[in-house]
Amino acid sequence: MKKPFENIVADHAAAVLRVCRTVVGVHDADDAWSETFISAMRAYPDLPEDANVEAWLVTIAHRKAIDVIRTQNRTAVRSGELPETAAPFGHQRTGDDELWVSLRSLPDKQRQAVAYHYLGGLPYVEVASILGGTTEAARRAAADGIKSMRRTFTEMKAKGMSK
Amino acid sequence: MNKETTAEMKISNVLAFTIPSNEVMAWLHDRLESSADERGILDVAYKTIDTPVGSLLLAATKKGLLRVAFQVEGFDEVLELLARKVSQRILKAPKRLDTAAFEIDEYFARTRTRFDLPLDFSLSSGFRQVVQRHLPNIAYGQTTSYQHVAALVGNPRAVRAVGTACAKNPLPIVVPCHRVLRSDGGLGGYAGGLAVKSALLQLENAR
Repeated sequence: MKKPFENIVADHAAAVLRVCRTVVGVHDADDAWSETFISAMRAYPDLPEDANVEAWLVTIAHRKAIDVIRTQNRTAVRSGELPETAAPFGHQRTGDDELWVSLRSLPDKQRQAVAYHYLGGLPYVEVASILGGTTEAARRAAADGIKSMRRTFTEMKAKGMSK
Repeated sequence: MNKETTAEMKISNVLAFTIPSNEVMAWLHDRLESSADERGILDVAYKTIDTPVGSLLLAATKKGLLRVAFQVEGFDEVLELLARKVSQRILKAPKRLDTAAFEIDEYFARTRTRFDLPLDFSLSSGFRQVVQRHLPNIAYGQTTSYQHVAALVGNPRAVRAVGTACAKNPLPIVVPCHRVLRSDGGLGGYAGGLAVKSALLQLENAR
């Protein structure tokens, strides 16, 4: 039996926001999140009862994130740095900054693979079906992404910015 | 465990534990409520309120107030039933319930003796709905019997069916099924429990 949509929001809101932040950055994540849940709510009655809700939401979030990324590229906002004007309540925990910086420096595909696998909890076969390409390519993109994040992260850690 | 794997786990753990604050989540939820409503896809909105007879769940469609439920009925169960019978597009979206909540507050403060709210009776049909639509005619502070209601709706022998219609009233308090008693003066039944029924009658000085 399918739950009221409110339960879907309660169960997945935070995870989807993390995915959005990872893919489009903190600045645009709120809009990507909102578009994702409006779109999901509209389609929810047609979702099969046995569907994997998390994978479904991450797939929608991916589409919305691509829209956002296109807009970002058009307006040349992306520069590998955190935007100066953060959305309300942007990011709160100190020590997160270097994480977002290292994420922003990843190529789109790697960042998406990291987001969908590690934050969305999707197995690589699902990540591959969202990103296109083989399961092995998705696995490699995520691994490369993590590796390169580790480099940036370790450098910052050396500077004493993180524990 | 080699160095690579440890580092990988560390990064992904940090990512996973980057938990957005409650403040952000509440703000986003708020935004979802208004844009779902604007785009016409908020089929059922609900909120819970505290009253002297315990927490109440209020739910409304675009047409009007759809459901008032007592905590003993189980709010989760009530919402699941609404998802099945009305729509799965349900959000906790208090704004649509502001007027209803306000009037119920006034009722418990004894400054309101009749409700002035659009009602959505789509959870009942047939004879039950006929009976339920009739109940607001029983004035504040008055009581009547199941038998009398049966006669008034033109079916004097349907006393049991009137009892069922009262028991299945989707809008208790607002649709005052608590004002219907047994012919011998006994309380009869009540979805919120008999203690609540007599508390309401006492509030109205009906008994």
